[in-house]
Amino acid sequence: MAHSARRDSPELPDFSLLKRLARDQLIYLLEQLPGKKDLFIEADLMSPLDRIANVSTLKQHEVDKLYKVEYKPVISTSDQLCFLIRPRIQTVKWICDVVNADKAAGKFRRYKLIFTPQKFYACEAVLEEQGIFGDVTTDEWAFYLLPLDDDIISLELPEFFRDNFLAGDQRWVRTAGSTLHLLHSIYGPFSKIYGIGRCSKMAYESWREQVEEGETKARQAEIGNVFLIDRDVDFVTPLCSQVVYEGLVDDIFRIKCGCVEFGPDVTSSDKSMKVMLNSQDKVFNEIRNEHFSNVFGFLSQKARNLQTAYDKRRGMDIKQMKTFVSEELKGLKQEHRLLSLHIGASESIMKKKTKQDFQELLKTEHSLLEGFEIRECISFIEEHINRQVSMIESLRLLCLLSITENGLLPKDYRSLKAQYLQSYGVDHLLTFANLRQLGLLVEQQPGETLTVMESKVGKLVNDKTAGKLTDAFSSLAKKSNFRALSKKLNLVPKSDEEYDLRVPRDMAYIFSGAYIPLSCKLIEQVLERDGWTGLEEVTRLLNGHEFAVTGSTAGSSGADSRAKNDAQRIVLVMFLGGCTFSEISALRFLGRERGYKFIVVTTAITNSSRLIEALLDNHV
Amino acid sequence: MMKSKPDEEDYWNSSKFKAFTFDDEDDEFSRLKESKQAVNSIRRLVEEDDDEDDVEKVSWSGEPVGSISWSVRETAASNQRTDREPAFPKINADTPTVSRSHSGYSLSSLFKGKTKTGSFQFSDSLSDSSVRLYAPELRKPKSEYKDYVSDWSPEETVHRMQQGKAVSLEKFRSLQDKLLLLDFSISAHDGNVITAVLIYLKRTLSKEVLFRELESRQTALRHFIHYLTETRDQRLLLELLRALGRTEDIALLQYKEHLSIADENKRRDFLKSCLSLPFSPEDSAHVQDHYTLLERQIIIEATDRQAERGGKVEIFQKFPRRASILNMPLITTLYYCCFYHYTESEGTYSSPLNVRQTFRISEKQFFVTALAARAKLKAWVDVDALFTSRNWLGFTRKKSPLGFHRVVDILQKNSAPTQVLQEYVGLVDDAELRISLAQKHKCHDIIINTYRDLKDRQQLLGYRGKVERGSVEERKINELLDNPQIRWKN
Repeated sequence: MAHSARRDSPELPDFSLLKRLARDQLIYLLEQLPGKKDLFIEADLMSPLDRIANVSTLKQHEVDKLYKVEYKPVISTSDQLCFLIRPRIQTVKWICDVVNADKAAGKFRRYKLIFTPQKFYACEAVLEEQGIFGDVTTDEWAFYLLPLDDDIISLELPEFFRDNFLAGDQRWVRTAGSTLHLLHSIYGPFSKIYGIGRCSKMAYESWREQVEEGETKARQAEIGNVFLIDRDVDFVTPLCSQVVYEGLVDDIFRIKCGCVEFGPDVTSSDKSMKVMLNSQDKVFNEIRNEHFSNVFGFLSQKARNLQTAYDKRRGMDIKQMKTFVSEELKGLKQEHRLLSLHIGASESIMKKKTKQDFQELLKTEHSLLEGFEIRECISFIEEHINRQVSMIESLRLLCLLSITENGLLPKDYRSLKAQYLQSYGVDHLLTFANLRQLGLLVEQQPGETLTVMESKVGKLVNDKTAGKLTDAFSSLAKKSNFRALSKKLNLVPKSDEEYDLRVPRDMAYIFSGAYIPLSCKLIEQVLERDGWTGLEEVTRLLNGHEFAVTGSTAGSSGADSRAKNDAQRIVLVMFLGGCTFSEISALRFLGRERGYKFIVVTTAITNSSRLIEALLDNHV
Repeated sequence: MMKSKPDEEDYWNSSKFKAFTFDDEDDEFSRLKESKQAVNSIRRLVEEDDDEDDVEKVSWSGEPVGSISWSVRETAASNQRTDREPAFPKINADTPTVSRSHSGYSLSSLFKGKTKTGSFQFSDSLSDSSVRLYAPELRKPKSEYKDYVSDWSPEETVHRMQQGKAVSLEKFRSLQDKLLLLDFSISAHDGNVITAVLIYLKRTLSKEVLFRELESRQTALRHFIHYLTETRDQRLLLELLRALGRTEDIALLQYKEHLSIADENKRRDFLKSCLSLPFSPEDSAHVQDHYTLLERQIIIEATDRQAERGGKVEIFQKFPRRASILNMPLITTLYYCCFYHYTESEGTYSSPLNVRQTFRISEKQFFVTALAARAKLKAWVDVDALFTSRNWLGFTRKKSPLGFHRVVDILQKNSAPTQVLQEYVGLVDDAELRISLAQKHKCHDIIINTYRDLKDRQQLLGYRGKVERGSVEERKINELLDNPQIRWKN
């Protein structure tokens, strides 16, 4: 069951260095405000901070009390306040209120704002407008990257997705570039960079400029290749239900910053438990990438082995028993605890999924991916809406329908939208406007026949003109061409063939053999071809913005070839706008098959719910 | 590995310490030493990277490096640029909407033909940059030796802003200069800088001029809209959208304001005022519905609250309302009406039939909702009537706009007893589905009858093993198996 890695697989670089760098910087910044101080931390920075430092670290640097930023008046009595925040206007406005309230009360304090990962001019403009510029000091904590596991690094910036793709605000482009730059200077130099998507292109440019501003010394590269991909290149994959264990756990329990909270139903006790989910957890590490249908069998086998190991102590003499207790028992106990947790989690998943007709839901998703029995799918979605089953789930299915079908028929769109508003509130008019703007849920326009016309024209005139034509069309709105892409890249395996989920033959196993994630397929193809050659039709359907560049430093240093060879097989994949655990599982599979090691860098871990929630607008 | 942290939130919400949220380690000092060693071991690396490692640079407010020796230090930085080949090639990351040509910064592309080149004060630096086609970013570090901020070109200014260095925008006074600054920021793809320039332009240009210029710069426009949204400058945002003629956006933006009105009467009045907004015809109908719905909810809520307090109406005593109906979605309201006001005549606002009529609710939707509400009340007679009643659909036989397996699901979720479930399981068309549902809900009769109808002797034999010994079901199976008139298929 556990796949044996190819023996020549290269070792992953050590990313714990990133944590130490971030922590040391933070300590330095705290020391810039000597003396006792109270620290206010932005709510969503708490978990990331937890991963790199702890309260005693902060205490040692004279942090007295800790508060969460809650946009409420401050009750601290300290004469020094330090704010550790994301560069958000709302938070800065709140701090201005705090400072101005102090001023009005004649209270004198020192204030320090630490923005992470960087500050924005717009935030400073607020300080200026509110008349407190100069009353506070500001700093930046360049905490860009949080390693969540040996092969996952997160920027922990979920807002990247909405800011960049919905609002069209490029504020995080430089951040992405700086992130690459940091990785490049510690683990590089990179020799090849591939990418697709507007934001990827801009991030590449930003990174390249930062490289040129500095100097690069020859060093043995640990990471050779980089692949940048925008989330909007593939919306289908993150909208699908996850059925690989780790993804399923994320869909159901929500993994936050590499940590999950299991409720009493899982722990079979009266309290919840927070569990770190990473490769350190030996049980989890073996099942995280497995299709859920294999997990039970694995766990029960494991339980039997454990039983046998415990049983060994029968018939032992005192000496043997002593060795057993000192050498094995602790490990067994640990394993026992992990095992019972994951069994509990699996049971809870089963219960939840059978309750909501998971099978039927999956069937609908698979039909949509295949383009089969669309009418049935629509009536399934309609019933979902009618019965007021999860508001997010209904929207997710509608989006999946729209992307795979390249928009809904006007009649269907109107009827489903009306029913949705009836079931979940007219406020969602705003949500629908967002989804339309992003191209996630749209009505087929009469002009959609352009695709047909386009390809006809394309045949008549030379390629260059056709390309220009496509540019003109794609600039109007992001168009989905899922069906054509799926055919071109063989994303949906033939359904008449048996698919053995225990012995996966391709990345489709992460979706029960029904679909190979587009994002990962692109990565596979580009690595295989060492570029986009031969994928012209595909990139055209994806609205272009692909690139592949080779650095001049590549091959220049005569370092020993084995190490160099290893670096070439380490591929850093950066998802701009988030990636799912299923995609990570698929890449791990691809790595094992092809002898690569993938490192996933993402602006945040996402899934269908997070993606849809980021686009809701039915609240203030 | 694992920690049970009972309630993290407690810690954060008051000044009283209850629990630490960070992982407490045994020996912090040793950890710190460890980290120190580790960081020292990478010092070589850090030092090498000093100059290029802009990411690591924090604007340290000019203070000297503190006591933590391993910290990333302030670097004198970018003054050490060397003239060399770029390590990586430049790619054109321009968007279709950004007005910048490939070959350097041609004025015509920047000003869309409006500029008179001769009068332009930065022509020098620009023509300079257009010559260096193949090393476009290898600017001489002029910035380092210039004494006055005012000497920086728009391009240099943008570049310094990207690095977080001090700049002054005050010298960009002519419209051309301002636009040049804006266009360079756009072509640098740095949203932070684009917004900074826009804030400056907002302050120093009249709205008319600014809006006009933004119209042809989509990237800048989107940044400006986002900035105004974030700062909640609703007034200016509406003016901008009006100037752009984006009427639907205006309507939605104004409609959105209702979310921040807590008082239901004020909210209703506000929604009424929204009816005249320039929505698409389709959305206009939805907003009308929203208004009508809230208007009704206010009436129903007032009446029902009184009835509940009066203590005279039985249903409110038996099933006290858990929440107010205000601001609930239409279907929730319909459910509520089916629950508390099922038998009311069509004349009242709270009558389900009236709600259905007013809001053009589909037959299927109405059916699903009424079914769930009546099942919740265990009003099985009403449930039954939904399928058979003549008075509203004219059906005599049990018929449903919803698949019967869904009906069973709804009933079962409302904990219907087996005898009720059985009736509807029996109506499921598909034999296989019927059997699996019957097995799930232990409707033995249906299973037995289905196997009989399928003439499946083997299945029936198998099923005999599953029912209780000596039960009615077993007897029935035996009778069937012994029945010589059935021609079994196996």
